[in-house]
Amino acid sequence: MNLAFTEEQEMLKNMARNFLSDKFPKTVVKEIEESEPGYSPELWKEMAGLGWMGVPLPEKYGGGDMSFLDLAVLLEEMGRACLPGPYFSTEVLGGLTILDIGSEEQKQEYLPKLASGEAIFTLALTEPSARYDAAGIQTKATADKDAYILNGTKLFVPDAHIADYILVVARSDEKSKGEGGITIFIVDTKSSGISCTVLKTIANDKLCEVIFDRVKVPKENIVGQLNQGWSAVQRIIQRAAVAKCCEMVGCIQQALDMTVSYAKERKQYDRPIGSFQVIQHYCADMATDVDGTRLSTYQAAWMLSEGLPCTKEVAIAKAWAGEACQRVMALAHQIHGAIGVTIDHDLQYYTRRAKAAEVSFGDASFYREIVAQEMGL
Amino acid sequence: MDFTLTKEQEQFRQGVRDFLEGEIRQGLWEPSCDAWIMGHDPEFTKRVAQRGWIGLTWPKEYGGQGRSFVDRLILTEEMLRYGAPAACHWFADRQIGGAIVHYGTDEQKRELLPKILNGEAYVGLGMSEPDAGSDLASLKTRAVEDGDYYVIDGQKTWTSGGSHMNWIYLLARTDPDAPKHRGISEFFFETSLPGITVTPIVDITGGVHFNEVFFESVRIPKKCLIGEKNRGFYQVLNQLDYERSGMERLMGNYPLFEALIQYTKETRRNGKPLCEDPVIRPKLAQLKIEFEIGRLHMYRIAVVMDDGRAPNWESAMSKAYGTTFEQRLASTAIEILGLYGQLSPQSKRVPIRGMAYHSYLSSKGYSLQAGTSEILKNILASRKLELPSQ
Repeated sequence: MNLAFTEEQEMLKNMARNFLSDKFPKTVVKEIEESEPGYSPELWKEMAGLGWMGVPLPEKYGGGDMSFLDLAVLLEEMGRACLPGPYFSTEVLGGLTILDIGSEEQKQEYLPKLASGEAIFTLALTEPSARYDAAGIQTKATADKDAYILNGTKLFVPDAHIADYILVVARSDEKSKGEGGITIFIVDTKSSGISCTVLKTIANDKLCEVIFDRVKVPKENIVGQLNQGWSAVQRIIQRAAVAKCCEMVGCIQQALDMTVSYAKERKQYDRPIGSFQVIQHYCADMATDVDGTRLSTYQAAWMLSEGLPCTKEVAIAKAWAGEACQRVMALAHQIHGAIGVTIDHDLQYYTRRAKAAEVSFGDASFYREIVAQEMGL
Repeated sequence: MDFTLTKEQEQFRQGVRDFLEGEIRQGLWEPSCDAWIMGHDPEFTKRVAQRGWIGLTWPKEYGGQGRSFVDRLILTEEMLRYGAPAACHWFADRQIGGAIVHYGTDEQKRELLPKILNGEAYVGLGMSEPDAGSDLASLKTRAVEDGDYYVIDGQKTWTSGGSHMNWIYLLARTDPDAPKHRGISEFFFETSLPGITVTPIVDITGGVHFNEVFFESVRIPKKCLIGEKNRGFYQVLNQLDYERSGMERLMGNYPLFEALIQYTKETRRNGKPLCEDPVIRPKLAQLKIEFEIGRLHMYRIAVVMDDGRAPNWESAMSKAYGTTFEQRLASTAIEILGLYGQLSPQSKRVPIRGMAYHSYLSSKGYSLQAGTSEILKNILASRKLELPSQ
């Protein structure tokens, strides 16, 4: 058993932390969040130049030939920096899915564009029912000669408004209501019949409503197996949940670090508030929650990275992280006092992201049920 | 990064399981909660010793196995999973042997360690006093030099293992004029000496695991001093890191967890098993989640120790976390059992051998012994987060 990063991972972490704190101060994060695209094309190019877009992709597709665990290190730093933009969508939802189930032709066509930063990808999974189960997939894909026609509404699709390609999870066999009859298509967003509206969210990220109105998709754009896409979707959700946990680790670690610094500086009754036991105990509770989240997240990330079965470990990590984040942020606010609830203070970026992360890709209740099944209950 | 155990470690775990299951099959003992602290069974301790499972991490030159702390964690995890009666050797194996290895003279190591390794020394922990609980450095028990002896006078309380001990680890004041942290020394000696009186303290479960111990002009040879005179407080801080670091801070009442899960599978309400009840099911899953998070904390500590560092804030964190889990487990078990949860182990109609009742009461002490959760959070705040004391 070894819980340490490798030397290379330490270097990646330090490099990412320096780059992100240099290029994404909160003034920039705010500006980007408030902009229509929600990302900076210039900084996106810089990130691509660092090789970040293709971190876990094989070299032959222009990737960095690194592991999911390496990506986890990077995602933690992105969570720490509150990085705005479509990295998660492109890399975790797009790139890893194509790598997982795409054909060789699809990999050759899409992954180099992704790795170079030329194209933005995302995934359209959830619908107005806002569920992560197969029954929630109502968008229809109807066969029409050499193509499929997509009809339906996808909701909470991240970064769809700027995406070049959307992986769409649709029901291709109407007779099947459950996990069968589901197919994943890769859709060029220039196709006619797609309309996109950006929703206004707590994290100020760009989640969209995407309406597919008779959108024609060639048959060769099926990613993976026709009618057998659900198992791939489950793997997508699993990877996304762990990736989200990595961001959450960075988010709450930063919230803890900020809070401890503040408790050392802020004086009341002529002494730092961090010298009061009640504040110390709050900080100790936060640190315990941060470490529990970190340990379970990296366990799940390592298992995914090694290709080991990890349904239980992923469920434990995401269930725990979702609720631990809320406890950490509540105490962070309590210790920061009134300054922490002002819009100009950095803390609110973490509060908003932690809440959004809690409900993304399965909340604690969702994963408790999976844990119950894994326990044989 | 690698979260797996080696093949040898998995085999070792299986070996421990096979041994413990064999013992249960033979009816030698019954799994129970708190067996690591209340299950005194000298014969069991002998059998464990024969397998070389005491002093697993101690250096080979002193009769130990020189194995890793992860190995020891595997061993103790299985002992706790099966609720094995390991109280006779637990303290000596966990911390006193280590203290002797760390601070003892060669003569002490040669003389004392074999007694622990052979499962013959049942050690009580003489630390707290009536006026020295969390503020341990305020202790008043005196050790006064008199020729080749120290003469001990005073009183200890909450002495774990006191009623079954034949050896005692004692913290006593050797320099009353020095600042309180700098006048304390550590001693280790047999309790058959004249002048020692042990009075059991009955806890709220009706059981006995801690005691009052009175010392009246007890003469102990000078060679019973462990480490440096007047440095005992600093030495014991290191020992306490080990005392807090183990799986018993998460799995002290583990047999209850397994029994509870089984109970909810076998008991039907409204035509279906309790474990399918939409209120009970997520509670059990949440306990499992919290347990697994705690287990990661515990393995992290073993890894820290295998890296050659004493776990200080890590063990403070894990003990405060783990005992909170144990208390929640006990409380949730009573909730799930409902009216039956209040029945004592001796009562007619009691489910799961009364473990919920016992554990609910006994777990109140978990967050007090070996450092209250509040002291542990102080440690975490000062040592890890470096928050100021004033």
